This record gives sequence, C-alpha cells and structure tokens, in this order.
Amino acid sequence: MTAPTLSWNPLWDLRQLLAYPFMVQALEAGTIAAVLSGVLGWYMILRRQTFAGHTLSTMSFPGAAAGALIALPAALGYYAACIIAAVAMARRPDAHDSGGGLQSARIGTIGAVGLAAGFVLLSLSNSILGGLDDLLFGSFLGITPAQVVTLGVVAVAVLATLAVIGRPLLFVSLDPEAARALGVPVRALEVAFLLMLGLTVAATTQITGALLVFALLVSPPAAAQRVAARPVVSMVLSVVFAIVVIWCALIAAYFTTYPLGFYTTTFAFALYVAALVGRAAVPALRREAAA
Amino acid sequence: MIGDVFVQHALVAGTAIAIACGLVGWFAVLRAQVFAADAMSHFAFTGAVAGVAIAIDPRAGVFAVTFACALLLAALGGRSRVDDVTIGVAITWVLGLGVLALSIVATGPAGGSGVTAANALFGTILGLNTAQTQLAVVIALAICLVMVVIARPLLFASLDAVVARARGVPVGVLGMVFLIALAAVAAEATQAVGALLLLGLVAAPAGAAHRLTARPYLGMALAAAIGVGSVWLGLWIATLAPSVPPSSAIVAVAAVIFFAAHVPARAQRAVRAPAARWGTRRRVGAGATRTD
Repeated sequence: MTAPTLSWNPLWDLRQLLAYPFMVQALEAGTIAAVLSGVLGWYMILRRQTFAGHTLSTMSFPGAAAGALIALPAALGYYAACIIAAVAMARRPDAHDSGGGLQSARIGTIGAVGLAAGFVLLSLSNSILGGLDDLLFGSFLGITPAQVVTLGVVAVAVLATLAVIGRPLLFVSLDPEAARALGVPVRALEVAFLLMLGLTVAATTQITGALLVFALLVSPPAAAQRVAARPVVSMVLSVVFAIVVIWCALIAAYFTTYPLGFYTTTFAFALYVAALVGRAAVPALRREAAA
Repeated sequence: MIGDVFVQHALVAGTAIAIACGLVGWFAVLRAQVFAADAMSHFAFTGAVAGVAIAIDPRAGVFAVTFACALLLAALGGRSRVDDVTIGVAITWVLGLGVLALSIVATGPAGGSGVTAANALFGTILGLNTAQTQLAVVIALAICLVMVVIARPLLFASLDAVVARARGVPVGVLGMVFLIALAAVAAEATQAVGALLLLGLVAAPAGAAHRLTARPYLGMALAAAIGVGSVWLGLWIATLAPSVPPSSAIVAVAAVIFFAAHVPARAQRAVRAPAARWGTRRRVGAGATRTD
C-alpha cells in the first residue's frame, strides 16, 4: 500500500479515500456516531451534565479491559460498563446537597473506581497494554461491518426513544419544578436520559476512543447552542457540526501521519472558538451596518 | 514491608499528597468544582506525555501544562466560576494535544508509548526515589500552607459570593488562587496515583467528609484524614497482593469510605425523621385550632 497523498483534484482524492473498505466503514460509523452524539450531546449541555457524560465516556476503559480478560468482544464490555455506571449515577441526590457538590463528588468517585478497576483488570489480563492507546484514543482502522450494523441499531433505538420522550425531557431540563408540578415523571426521564447517554457514549467510543468521545459530545452542541437559540434549529446544527468534524478529521488522519484523536479534538475546538467569535462579532457588525 | 525503601518513600509522599488532596478537595466539593479537578488531572496527563515527547523531565511538563491550563480556565471563567461546558471543551482539546504528543513519543527513539501513557495515567507510587519523595513532600506542604492561609476568606467567598464581594473579599482572586492550588494538587498527585485516579483522592475523601459533618474545619481535617487512611490501607493491600496496582487499591479504599459514609447520614435522617413528622402534625393541629 502506497501512502495516500492529497492532490488538487477532489474527485481523485475521493476515489483514494474510498479505495479501502476500512475507510468506507470508518466514514459510515463516524457519521452514525456524529448524529447520535450531536443530538444526545445537545441535551447533555442543556442539562449541565457534562461531568456525568465525561465520566461515562471513561467507563469504556474498564469495560474493554473486562471484555479482554474474559475473552468477550470489547463492544459488549463497553455497553455493560456504561450502563452500570449510568445506573450508579442515577441515584437520588442527597437531601442537603444544594449546590450539587456532593453529586459531583459521587460522579467523580464512580469515575475513579471504574478506572481503577480497569487498571486492575488490565494488569490481570496483562495482554492489551499495547492496545491501551487505541482504547483510550480511538482507531478508525479496525471497524468491521458488524460494528457498523450494531452502531446503527443502537442509534435507531436511542433516537426513536428520544423522539418519544424528547419534548417532556426538554421541559424537565428547562424547568424541573414546573414539570414536576404538572405531573411529568421527572425522575424517570432523568434516569432514561442517563441510560441513553451511556449507550451513546459506548457506541461512539468505538470510533473515537474513551477519552475523545467528548470531541463529538461537547464541542458541536456547545457551538450550536451559542449560535442558535431555537431548540430544533440548534439541534440540527449540532448534528451538522458533529458530522463535519468527524469527516474532516477522518480525511485529515487518512492523508497524514498524525492520529485521528488529535484532528477530531482540534477541529471540534476550532469550531467552538469560531462559534464564540461569531457570536461576539455578528451583533457588532449588525450594529455597524445599522449605523 | 516497612523495611523496603520504596514502600517508605511511597508512605511519606502518599501521606503528604493525601493531606493536600483532602484540603483542596473539601473546597472543590463545596464549590461544586470536582469537574475542574478532573480537568486538571487530564491536563497533567498531556503535560507528562508532552514532557517525554520533547525530552525534558516529565514533571516539569506536568507542572507547566497544568498551570498554563489553570490560568486559561480562570481567564475564561472571568468573574464567575468556570462553567462545565468550557471545561468540557478545554479537556477535549488538551487531551487531543496529548494524543499528538503520544504519537510523537511512539515514533521517537524511546518508543513504547503504551508504558509512558500507563505511567502518566496510573502513577508509579512505588517507584519514587529520595529526591522525588522530598519534592513531593515540599510541594504538598506548600499547597497545605496556601490553603490554610486562604481557608477563611475562601469559605466566605464559596458560600456567598455576593455578600463576600460586598464586604470587600477579593472573590475573583481567591477563585483563581484556588484553581491554581487545584492544578498544583493534580500535577503532584499525577506522580503518585496517576492522572486518571486523582479523583479518588480529591473527590472521594472530601465527599465522605461533607456527608459526615457540616462543620467546615472539622470537615477539612476529616477529608485529609480519610485520604491518608486510604493511602496507607491501599499501600498495605498492594504489598499483600502484588497483582493489585497500588493506585487502584488506594482508590478502592477511598471509594468504599465514600459510599460507606451514606450509612451514618441515612441513620441520622432516620432518627430525625419521626421527630420532624411529629412536628408537622403538631403545627397542622395548631393551625386547626386557630381556625376554630
């Protein structure tokens, strides 16, 4: 295999890009993951649960380590660990915890325990230390068609559930007190959301690695919410941003020697900064035009 | 086991680090800034790998990157506390830079990026030499000193920022000093328990202390004590069962204490609850007689 080089002919580049099946699968899987995390991340930002999402994303590490130890597929370990952690986080908050400090301490402790368990499992199985980088930072080389199908099934299931509970969840996220007073099942919605977030993270991890799920889950929705205020518009923007980020990152990683994780995070960060700058600049320009 | 020089170093450095983590962690839980602490630990990881990548001492890299990021977070937060979206975006990008550094290490002459990453992420508390131990103790003492000095005003600023500002307390400066202390703790603890397990010493003992007592100074002391206990017990477990990494054992002990702290809190509530119900009924009764 000769190293692919970028030319000035976009058609030729595209043919090069799609020449290998692994790259086609990576693009498919990346797109599904981007749609899923664009939507779920949008709710996560709105609900200020970034820390919970981040901790869930690290849970794939013990999941994969456990899978390797008992010779099960890593994906199964991902889903199991993320769901267990989501259930552990969904406990009722302490009575006197007004500022959310104790809740964040619990999330942090769950995260530390999960990672510690992962490290123990890793040293017990003593086999995948070389694969640690891929586990934590992702690899787009080894995505199988079966993985893409699983990812698609999970995405359809999560998005279908969200289509049903999306509106009440939005209400609960914006004003939990009023929602409770009107008889919306607040607790059930909160637990359901954490479970769906866990599934999304477990699915996305397989593409981006445990530590970089966040590139798709935080930056695109955060940028979208800065740019647009209307829920549907900014949710759609969030998905578009996530897809653009993962496509650009996959293409850049394919044509150069640097890792996918670096490109994903850098493009996502650049997008967020652009949204911040745009948000600050557009009203100023408008004022100037009006004057 | 005490005779082994590395175990001695681990005990000394671990104790000092646990005390610093406990003090800073108590405030992190009070101010709901555990996520910021988590962010610092990830910055420390990038720092460690970047230090290896450009062939300087990893510790210098850890401190440089963590402090720079702490200042950046403080600047982004402005007058208020940094919000979690900013932290999330910052974590992602800095980790991405860490990945870049890791790939440079992997292709460089040293090779073995897996080992570098594992050391930075999970720590090497049983591998500290005398100089490293001394440095760890000195830095931990400095952090403790800073925390003791700013404890009172920081407590005021954390509980009621508006009133504190009105009374002339420099709330913004205190917030920044606290973030820097958090960065120092993260950089320090990365050597001992590793970047990913830092929260085991920052969040768990402090969370347990908050559950057990509402009194500030007692809580701080308790957080430090629980941290020290976790380190000692964890090291003891690790020497008994060599296949268990010491950092994992330490985190496990701290987490058990955190979740066990539920029990006394719940028992207290169970004792108080009937009294409270009785009080409500009496009040309802009193209201009824008044309407009569």
